[in-house]
Order: sequence, then C-alpha cells, then structure tokens
Amino acid sequence: MSSAPENNGRRRFLTLATAVVGGVGAVGVAVPFIKSWNPSEKAKAAGAPVEYDVSKMAPGQLVRVKWRGKPVYVVRRTKEVLADLENGHNDQLKDPDCSVPQQPDYAKNSYRSLNPEFLVALGVCTHLGCAPTYRAGDFNEVVEGVKNGFFCPCHGSKFDMAGRVFQNVPAPTNLVIPPHMFNGDSMLLIGVDKGDA
Amino acid sequence: MLTNLVNWIDKRIPMTDAWNKHVAQYPAPVNFNFWYFFGSLAMLVLVNQILTGIWLTMNYTPSGEEAFASVEYIMRDVEYGWLLRYMHSSGASAFFVVVYLHMLRGMMYGSYQKPRELLWLFGMFIFLVLMAEGFMGYLLPWGNMSFWGAQVIISLFGAIPVIGDDLTLWIRGDYVISGATLNRFFALHVIALPLVLVILVFLHIVALHEVGSNNPEGIEIKKKKGSIPEEEKAQFKFHKQYTDKYDIVDAVPFHPYYSVKDIMGVVGFLIIFCYVIFFAPEGGGYFLEKPNFEPANALKTPEHIAPVWYFGPFYTILRIIPDKLIGAGAMFGAIVMLFLLPWFDRGTVKSVRYRSTLHKINLIQFCICFFALGVLGTMAASPTANLIGTIASIGYFGYFIALWFYSKNEKTKPLPERIAH
Amino acid sequence: MKKLIIALVTLLPALAFASGGGANLMHAPIDPTDKASLQNGAKLFMNYCFGCHDTRYQRYNRVAKDLGIPKELMMENLIFTGVKVGNLMYNSVEDAQAGKWFGQAPPDLTLVARYKGTDWVYTYLKSFYADPERPFGVNNILFKDVGMPHVLQDLQGVPTLVETTDEHGHVTRSTVTDSSGEMSDDEFDIAVRDITNFLNYAGEPSKLERQSTGKMVIGFLFILFILTIFLKKEYWRDVH
Repeated sequence: MSSAPENNGRRRFLTLATAVVGGVGAVGVAVPFIKSWNPSEKAKAAGAPVEYDVSKMAPGQLVRVKWRGKPVYVVRRTKEVLADLENGHNDQLKDPDCSVPQQPDYAKNSYRSLNPEFLVALGVCTHLGCAPTYRAGDFNEVVEGVKNGFFCPCHGSKFDMAGRVFQNVPAPTNLVIPPHMFNGDSMLLIGVDKGDA
Repeated sequence: MLTNLVNWIDKRIPMTDAWNKHVAQYPAPVNFNFWYFFGSLAMLVLVNQILTGIWLTMNYTPSGEEAFASVEYIMRDVEYGWLLRYMHSSGASAFFVVVYLHMLRGMMYGSYQKPRELLWLFGMFIFLVLMAEGFMGYLLPWGNMSFWGAQVIISLFGAIPVIGDDLTLWIRGDYVISGATLNRFFALHVIALPLVLVILVFLHIVALHEVGSNNPEGIEIKKKKGSIPEEEKAQFKFHKQYTDKYDIVDAVPFHPYYSVKDIMGVVGFLIIFCYVIFFAPEGGGYFLEKPNFEPANALKTPEHIAPVWYFGPFYTILRIIPDKLIGAGAMFGAIVMLFLLPWFDRGTVKSVRYRSTLHKINLIQFCICFFALGVLGTMAASPTANLIGTIASIGYFGYFIALWFYSKNEKTKPLPERIAH
Repeated sequence: MKKLIIALVTLLPALAFASGGGANLMHAPIDPTDKASLQNGAKLFMNYCFGCHDTRYQRYNRVAKDLGIPKELMMENLIFTGVKVGNLMYNSVEDAQAGKWFGQAPPDLTLVARYKGTDWVYTYLKSFYADPERPFGVNNILFKDVGMPHVLQDLQGVPTLVETTDEHGHVTRSTVTDSSGEMSDDEFDIAVRDITNFLNYAGEPSKLERQSTGKMVIGFLFILFILTIFLKKEYWRDVH
C-alpha cells in the first residue's frame, strides 16, 4: 500500500506548493499581531508636534518643552555665545562638524539649528539618558575658557551651546536635534519640519 | 547537521519516539468522516483564542471606568485591533459551534462508551470550563448586555438555600456587578481558566491516545494479538507500543493521512470563519449583541436580556421553570446528564448505524429539542415559547432516561468484523 | 445522519427570522463609500448634534483622514471647542451639567448606529412632531416622550403628527411639515441620510478596510483550499 513511484513527483510538488502557500498565509496571519505593536493613534496624538512661542524668551534663557515624553531644551542664544560657537573651541570637541547624523540636515552647521538664535535639542545625554544641566555663565568651571554649556551631573559629560560634545567625556555623540520649524517669526514647532508639512 | 541535533535531543528527551507514538505511527481508523474534523478544529480555535486573547490584554483595561472605552480603543486606535478583537469574539462562537458538533459526533458513534468514559469526562470538563470562559469573557467588554447577563447568571447562585445571598455577594465582591467583579473575572478569564483548559485538553488527548480513536462504525481497530493473519493487517508501520499488544486492522498512520486531511478541513473551516470575521462579525446580533454597544448601566436594563446563543439551550431550561431553585437545579442538571451519558447508555453497540430505530429516533428528537431550546433561549419569553420550551426540555432529559431503559436490551443490528473501505 | 443535518439546516432560517421584528422603521438609504455624503453628515452632526452629544471614542484626525477632509478645514470648520486635531471628540458640555438641563446626560453617539441600527437613527430623526405638552414642545413617534428638542427644526420646518386608520383599524402615524424650514422635504431626507451615514461610519470606522481585507483573505484561502484538497487526494490514493 505504499505510494507508487510514479506519484512521487506529484506528491512532492503538491506538498511543496501547499507548504509555500500555507507559509505565505502564516506570514499574513502574523501581520496584525506585529502591526498592533506600532504606536496607536492615542500614542501618536500624544506624540504630535508641539508648539512654543519663542518671542517671550529673554536672551540666554532656557525653557524645557515636553515632546513625546522627553524634555526638549530651547535656548535663546546671545550674540556672544553665537560668536563663540563659530570657532571658539572647536579643537576641544569630538565632532565639531556634526558628521554623526544626530541632527536633521538643516541643522548640520556650527549652530546646529535652523535659526542660529535658537538652540532646539533633546535634553537627554547621549551617554545614559540623564538630563544635562544648563550652566549659564559658570561653565568655565568645568571647561576652561568656555562660559556657557551643558554639564551632565550623572557622569560628567559636557556639551557646548550647540549641544556638541567635548572630548574626554563618556558621552559618545552630540545631543540629538529633533526636527523643528518656525511658523511665522516666533512660533516654534517641535517634531515636524518643512519636509513633513 | 539536523540529524545530529535530533540525535542530541533524543538522547535527552524522547522527541522522535513521542512524535512517532502520537503522530507519525499512531494508528487511526481509516474511515473517519466529516464529523471527525471538529476535534482538530477545536484545537485550532483554542490556539486562536489564546493568541488573540494575549494580544487583546495588551490594550484592554480591566476597570469599570475604562473597560468599555478600552475596547473601542482597540477597535479604533490600535493598528489591526479590530481584527484581533473580531477574531476573538467570533472565535468564541466558533468554539461552541465546533464543540457542540464534536459532542454530537461522540453521541452518534458512541465515543463515550466503554472504554472511553474518561475521555468523555475530560471532554465534558473542557465544555464546562469553556462555558465559564465564555461567561466571564462576555463581561469584559463591559457593555450593557455584559453587565445584565452577568447580573442574571450570578443571581442564580442566590437560589441556593441559606448561603445564596452571601454567595452572590462574595462572587460579585460588591452589592452590584462592579469593577471588582470585572477585575476578578478578567483574572480568571485570562489566566486561571485558560491554564485549566490547556491541561484538560492535554489530558483529553492523552486519554484518546491511550484507548485509541473510535470511528463511525463503532468497532475497534485493535484486535487481539495473533488473531489476524499478516496479510490482513494494515500495511503501514505503526509504533511498537500498539503492535506489540494488538494486531492493527483498517488503520492508517495519523501523519500524513489525517494531517493532510485535517489541514484541508482547517482551511475549509477558515473560509467560513473568515467570512464571519470580515463580513458578519456581529453574527446578526448573535455573536456580538446589539445592547453591548452601549456601556454598562446599572440603572437601565436592556429591553430583553438574552444570553449569547451558545448558552441558549441551558438558559431556556432555567427560564421555563417558575421556581428559581428548581430552575437553576434543572439547568445544572442538564449538564450533569451529559456528564453521566456513559452510564445512562447501557448498550454495547456504539455506532448509531447499528443501533435500533428507537435509538435513532431518540437521538434525532434530542437534537431537535436541543436546537429548539437554543433558539428559544435567544428569544423573548412568551406563553408559546414557554410551552415549546417545556416540551423541548422534556425531550432533552427524556433522551437520557429513555436511553437508560431501552439500551439494556436494545434490538441492534449485527456488527461487522471489519471496517469496509 | 444526513437527515439530521438537513433538519438542522432547514431550521436555521427560522432562527434568523426570529431576530427580526420591532417597530416600523424606514430604510436608511446610506452609502458608506459616498465621501460627499459622509462629509456633509459630519458637518451637520457637528453643527446640530455635537453641542450636546459626544462621539468620544473617535478622534478628529481619524475622521478627517477617513472622510477625506483636509486637516485645516477640519480644524476651522468642525472643531469648535479649540482642541487638538488628534483628540477624542468630546464636546464642551460637562455630563453633570447636561444632566441638569435635560434630566439625564445626552448619550454618547459614537456607537448609536451599532446598537440602535442605522434604520432606527434615520427613522428617529424623521419622526419628531410638535407636541405642546412636552417640555421642549416636541415628541417623537419612534421614541415616545423623548427628552431632547427637535434640533433640526430650522431645517425641516415644524412637523405635525398625522394618524391614518386603514380598513382593518390599524393606525399608521406619520408627520407632515409646514414650509417654514430651510430645506424642502427631499433636501431634509438627504440631510438626515447623511447624518445617518456619518453615524454609521462612526460606529465602525474600519468597516470598509475590514471588507476589502476580507475579500483578499477569502480569495487566498480558496486557493489554499484547492491545493489542500489535491494534497489530501494524492496521499489517500495509497489507501483507497
């Protein structure tokens, strides 16, 4: 009663065909299970771009804006700070030219921002995720000759006023610059840029 | 490479041997018909319920304030959440469809008779746990029918003398059905009962493989060792556990013969199942009842409280009896009858094919009564419905009692020696 | 046992039939694929119903996307309460406050088409009639002593109840309107149809996706089914 030899080709073909088509079906079944783990509409709504009106900020002031549950530091940089960023301390930085893609293309400059006056950076240290402290005026206590910057209290990482990381600290890369754009002169939108809009 | 791995495992656990014993060299009767698809289909639905159930808990919130909204959240905000939810809700109904047909198969071919009584009992416990699962799961969407259905069923326990009121209070954990009830039902529905269910299914299959499958002819494929000449034995390789003790006739190995057949059955079933999921998930108001699209409201009873269809037969038996205690007793009695079926039937011929006309009539009237009870359970009460319900209830219980009387000296047809094929 | 199956199958329609019944509902001629109708329905709903009734399980941006309404237009014309486009659609009335005005809080309407049915919604909106004895001056044929005003009266005009008795003594109740409304009877029917269409969408926004996915799934299963039949037959040639 065993299978006749002339059937074997047919049998093998049918088994293979059923297995392949069935396998496609199994992948199809997996789709809803996998996709249901994507951020839901609720999460997306909560993570939608946030607006902040920067016109009221004083020069040198830092505000923390919450976007997708993380703090975004917005700083209105003074002329003095901007001048210092141009070439003041590039030799002390790990990545002064922003070659590591930690920022959108439009922020790949020495200010690391769309509008030089405003720094928009995630306040999350690239080492282990602590929130760096803004040291306005007394940053030279940790880096000689640089008056302003960010100092991470956890493991001592240091960043300049463009969020660029200094040498000889544990943080590997510059602070992340989120996508951002300005609506009119003063309405800052974080989480969206011209490309999306 | 693969052979080495298999050898490595086989030296440590009997993987290949178990595979052969239960799948590749398991003797299954050659004459399984349509009715034998429902066991494997029940397994399929169980897997579906467990998987989609786990995924639903990822977004469901078991609290009185948020449960209803979280179901709508799944239906709208979670990607493919609607599909997972419909797979689960339609799966519940599909489970009972296949289980009822699976049970009817057992009744038709005497699969509960000696030596398969324990197999039947495990199956009945599965059925019981399944009903508890269905009932508790139905509360979770926290719709108005969820709420009032649970209210009615929990009130049944109030019928028990002396402790009834305290018992209902204890089950609810509150003076009405509330978030406390919802939370404990959730825990039982997603952890406790599924665990019990899986263990029972395992035992059900262990018991099946110990005694072997019955078949539509109701005659055994395992003959006394040495009673069958070599050329008459089934010409396949079976595991020595079976061939050492018996001569096997009219059988094929489960794999590949019944595995390919069951896969065919599974795909056929999936066509119907997917039709329901994608085109009729409400099942005409039977799978998802309309009042359940309104949140639970303790101050507003739905116009007509109907249980989900699969509780219909038992609910009707409850409802036609004007006394609460006797009604509840009759309802549980109806299930007890099923448990005791192997002992009500005192006959030795298993399959309905070789049993008396009386038995055939009895089984048909049982099916009609069960079906009528189910239909009535989903309808509003009325004098006509009560009358039909009473007749059908008598038919239901009458099946078992009549069976006990006539099966002892039943006029059966002579059994064939072998399965014709 | 074939007889048994036949018996069961013939009984099934009886089961389906038993689920019917209810009052005389008008058929709602809705088309869930008609975007213009859905958009108009959304606009009417937001203008006339949303003041009191939430649709709190759906989000503005999902409605905008599904109905093909540009986000800006949605923000300007449909969102009155000054909320974000990703929010759930709550109105600005607190339930407790509304409870004081109406006796009970107006129900959420996200799922009304699913528990009442679209025919019910359609008929209900067309069944208001003037009744000076009621607090809001109106009653409803379908929903006796309804606790809300006839919000579409500006559109429909003032409807009055007409009772006709046929030769069997069977009373049929309907309404006729005066011509004080902004719309003709036909225009009003379309407006009500569009609101119903929108509520049907709101009840199950994934319905169209569900049905189109379903066609592909079932088509695929048929191919697989044919293959499995051949596979089964091939193996069982050993036995038969």
